[in-house]
Amino acid sequence: MFDQFDPAEDKMLQVIDNNGKVISKELMPKLSDEETLKLYKDMLFVRTLDHMIVSYQRQGRVYTYPPNYGQEAIGVAAGAVLRHDDWLVPAFRELGAWLAKGATMKDVFMFNMGFEEGTKFAGANHMLPSSVPIASQLLHASGIGYAIKYQKKDEVAMAFVGDGGTSEGDFHEALNFAGVWKVPVIFVVQNNQYAISVPVKMQTASINMAIKSKAYGIKGIKVDGNDIFAMLTAFRYAHEYARKESQAVLIEAVTYRKGAHTTSDDPTKYRTTDEEKEWDKKDPLRRMKLFLEKKKLWSDDQEKKLVDEYEKEIDRQFLETEQTVQYPLEDAIKYTYAEMPQDLRDQQIEHEKFLQWKNARK
Amino acid sequence: MKAMNIVSAVNDALDIKLTEDKSVVVYGEDVGFEGGVFRVTEGLQKKHGVERVFDSPLAESGIAGTAVGMAAAGLRPVIEMQFCGFIYPAFNQIISHISRFHNRSRGKFKMPIVIRLPYGGGINALEHHSESMEAIFAHIPGLKVVVPSTPHDAKGLLISAIESDDPVLFLEPKRIYRAIKQEVSEEKFSVPIGKAKVLSQGTDVTVVAYGAMIREVQKAIVMAKEAGYSVELIDLRTIYPLDKETIAASVKKTGRLIFVGEEPRSFGVGSEIMAVANEEAFLHLEAPPKRVAAFDVIVPYPRGEHHYMITPEKIFYEIERTIKF
Ligand SMILES: Cc1ncc(C[n+]2csc(CCOP(=O)(O)OP(=O)(O)O)c2C)c(N)n1
Ligand SMILES: [Mg+2]
Repeated sequence: MFDQFDPAEDKMLQVIDNNGKVISKELMPKLSDEETLKLYKDMLFVRTLDHMIVSYQRQGRVYTYPPNYGQEAIGVAAGAVLRHDDWLVPAFRELGAWLAKGATMKDVFMFNMGFEEGTKFAGANHMLPSSVPIASQLLHASGIGYAIKYQKKDEVAMAFVGDGGTSEGDFHEALNFAGVWKVPVIFVVQNNQYAISVPVKMQTASINMAIKSKAYGIKGIKVDGNDIFAMLTAFRYAHEYARKESQAVLIEAVTYRKGAHTTSDDPTKYRTTDEEKEWDKKDPLRRMKLFLEKKKLWSDDQEKKLVDEYEKEIDRQFLETEQTVQYPLEDAIKYTYAEMPQDLRDQQIEHEKFLQWKNARK
Repeated sequence: MKAMNIVSAVNDALDIKLTEDKSVVVYGEDVGFEGGVFRVTEGLQKKHGVERVFDSPLAESGIAGTAVGMAAAGLRPVIEMQFCGFIYPAFNQIISHISRFHNRSRGKFKMPIVIRLPYGGGINALEHHSESMEAIFAHIPGLKVVVPSTPHDAKGLLISAIESDDPVLFLEPKRIYRAIKQEVSEEKFSVPIGKAKVLSQGTDVTVVAYGAMIREVQKAIVMAKEAGYSVELIDLRTIYPLDKETIAASVKKTGRLIFVGEEPRSFGVGSEIMAVANEEAFLHLEAPPKRVAAFDVIVPYPRGEHHYMITPEKIFYEIERTIKF
């Protein structure tokens, strides 16, 4: 498959077109109707959750949030191939993969409400905290790959980064290390066309992102990131290849960030509505829904009902989280070190004396 | 005169230097077309062209490293690090080259580079967006570190920084980016690097601070006044080179010294201020000099940040304790 979609020829793996019509039968992943529906429902869930977090942000109930809107297929397809022991090395815009690995809604809320507890992902096996310094996490994936190989484990690491992130030195070092070490790591570039306001053509003079794999002697493939079937086929193939051959892979998922960069960003400053409309036609949920409708697997009524259920459950859990969370002073201090230095302990004690004084003054 | 906040004052300084000196170029992530995530460089690309004000690829090491080459070849780059917490990929270039080129080439190559850096907490931001790591840079020989606290100083200090033949880390207190409006001259003027400013005169205690902490100290001074204490406030404005003379003269007068900073307390700028009292005014001290700074911890995520940030009440509490010592 890597030869069939050679990045040097700028080929892109696609399974369905913008109208949900299958254009490449042989690349359609094997799925039962039930499995097919689950993919759609997972995307719908991510989209609903994402929209609701944005609206909570507008109400001042969570802080800055980076929406996943338009990129749901990538995270969900990734989540569908990651096994319990596989590693997820997140960036910050692949919610579907987080949830599949066992991150909970509550984790996501906690993170966005401004608690470190929300980047612990207590119930997620082999998932690192999300990473804000762009591309730095990719090297961690290469290191995990080394540990997997050294310990002879049947595991794969999957790491995420954006198109802007491919400009950082860490991106290149990570691919190079993984290539030299021959370790089972899947690097996923979510090419959503922008890094905040900067369009992808200003990040690289390469014809695509996947071609960068060649410089590091690893396989690479460019995939339609808004086509969940294409993403699943690519991930399944890459996963098998990485495991069996102990090799790294670079997957470029071509997509579009339909929302703002974060809730503090205003995309109307740097892109046109014409462009946005063009990408609306390629929306991953729209395309899959058209596919499902053709097969009579899904209807508007079902969708309304399900979204309604999702919204109620999301809101219920959000309220519950909102009402129970607390941030005592010691939580700001005690996790800095595994072994607390005496000086830091003293700083806390001294501060508590001030707080006593302050409370006495009231 | 024109009403400016720190954002518009920085913009004005850049505009003036871009206009009068063709060797000045301005670049960084989102700096060009959009005018920066804080809109500090807004309108400059339109006015001065994409060759002089532009978006770089997303790579801090790349931004700093290319500035070295530009400076060596005769330009005066003003580069932006989008947030303080994202300067670390550029560390290697800043510490291994920007700070050393002049020495290594025995003055043949100067490094007239300004690194603009929004810094500091109190804005409910994600991780890595709230650090105050100025001490790290002040510790590096070859770098100058500047922190304005007012629109006037922001403009005047940035003009000095761009005209300096040494590399300058120009820290912008983003918490008060738009919080203070001041009448600032539209003409070109400069504020010298290395000169602190006595903001208010007092006799009981000297408080040294800079950046966004100045406002917090001023609130504490109001409380102190009500309690009958007279506080002298020094705005450092430049961290390195440190204006020891102004600090020492004040401590000799008041006999007491408090440093207020939002940096982690240990091995910080505050520690250096303590050394000034010790070395230059020891025999005048009537109470132990005191650092009021953050815990030695990573800046908490927003919901815990109030535990971390220094409040006017805390400053007042320490002022009173020091005076009553
Ligand atoms: C090292 C570093 N520099 C700058 C930033 C600020 N920043 C946050 S997201 C972003 C753009 C990222 O673009 P991209 O990699 O395409 O990912 P996307 O946001 O589009 O998912 C920038 C510049 C950062 N988080 N880390
Ligand atoms: Mg992007």
